[in-house]
Amino acid sequence: MSIDLRSARHGHALAELKSHVSTGNARPVLNEILAALEKLLADGTATTIDLGALPFAAGDERMLDAVLGKGEVAATLELSGRSQVEETGIPGVWRIDHYDPNGETLSRFVEVTFLPEILKSQREDAETGLTRLAARLEELDGQTH
Amino acid sequence: MADQPMLPELMKAHGISRRSFLKYCATLTSAMALPPMLAPKIAHALESARRPSVIWLSFQECTGCTESITRSYAPTIEDLIFNAISLDYHHTLQAASGHAAEAARKQAMEANWGEYLVVVDGSIPTKNEGYSCIAGISNVEMLKETAEGAAAIVAVGTCAAYGGIPHADPNPTGAVAVGDIVTDKPIINVPGCPPIPIVMTSVLAHFLTFGLPELDDLGRPKAFYGETIHDRCYRRPFYDKGKFAESFDDEGAKQGWCLYKLGCKGPTTRSVCATVKWNDGTSFPIQSGHPCLGCTEPDFWDNGGFYKPLSTPAGDYRKFAAAAVAGGAALGVAGGAIGRANKARAARAHETVDAHDLEKKS
Repeated sequence: MSIDLRSARHGHALAELKSHVSTGNARPVLNEILAALEKLLADGTATTIDLGALPFAAGDERMLDAVLGKGEVAATLELSGRSQVEETGIPGVWRIDHYDPNGETLSRFVEVTFLPEILKSQREDAETGLTRLAARLEELDGQTH
Repeated sequence: MADQPMLPELMKAHGISRRSFLKYCATLTSAMALPPMLAPKIAHALESARRPSVIWLSFQECTGCTESITRSYAPTIEDLIFNAISLDYHHTLQAASGHAAEAARKQAMEANWGEYLVVVDGSIPTKNEGYSCIAGISNVEMLKETAEGAAAIVAVGTCAAYGGIPHADPNPTGAVAVGDIVTDKPIINVPGCPPIPIVMTSVLAHFLTFGLPELDDLGRPKAFYGETIHDRCYRRPFYDKGKFAESFDDEGAKQGWCLYKLGCKGPTTRSVCATVKWNDGTSFPIQSGHPCLGCTEPDFWDNGGFYKPLSTPAGDYRKFAAAAVAGGAALGVAGGAIGRANKARAARAHETVDAHDLEKKS
């Protein structure tokens, strides 16, 4: 029992240690975000940065989170697995993480935009919605009369 | 097949929202190492592009490649993309057979001459064309005939790309790759035994949106075959520290150490198994405790044994074995003596390595 506890503590310490391992890529990415935000404000151009495209260790992730911080909006999307869309503490800078149905990471992005496209209702989905609502109203009327 | 529904209708019918599709396209750009801003362009191309006619030819193969691609758990967007293409001929999947099937192939070729895509799985026998025929037509003949009007050819699986298992020594059927027969068409090799489904759909998506993907010197899309499994392996830190499993049930194996000494071919094998993984992202061979066999590489079957470390000289052990048989027959020498000689030679050729040697060499 005591051995188990020791190894659990050891495991925790190791995880804590690993969360500081850095590749040094966070700083350049933060610069890229800064430039992208300037561009968004200058001419409205949105930028997407693929965090899966470069080596990014837990320490880099930690630094990115620490510098950008938490913002006002956090949305969870259920799209064949979960997707997490969060505005960071720097308005205009969003984190988008896609997961598969098993919770494994599919892709991770930083979007510098006023509103990520994936949050908007899509025209095709709204069209399906219109049909669905009309059918529900018809059903409702059928019940009441 | 012009009356087949396009992708948006199929998604609607399966209750898949466009948001899910946008997520898929974003993940696809990441997987293909494309600029993420291209995701909307990919979405648009997949939704509205001309529906390409695809002719799928299965030659000397085990159907594993078709299984890999069609057995992802339904209904995924990958499935729907395959439904949205006009798969005009696939003798394993189509209902028609014999002359009716061949008529469908000819009709698709004529209607889409110069524009259709040919997908091939399986190698092509050359020693005797009768070794593998479909509706009485030999594989070589069918490939040549179908390739003539193709825009491009996708060689799916290691057999079609490099000859694969049928090509393994002593190659009884004289099996060759698609590229050995067709030399005047663009060929995209998608090796693997079998290849990962998303790699296949990504290649298709790339072809629809931007044309041919960038290929490496072995004809593979660089986005999926640019890095070795070792580059992205989660056991890589153990390799770097010189911590190796020495057998399948020792303490190192239990601790999840590097499988290099158990014959892992990860360092010389280019594939995305370590990141994309298998069975809907569940695991991949190394994660299950087995070394990588190197199945995306040419001649992986003959590369000196699955369980020998890469640093062990493979030598020309096959030639020794052949000489032993010939010598034994000609001279009547007892096989045992030759066996011992071979063993001694093998022992001399064997180079013992430890972690420090590996570090020095790399």
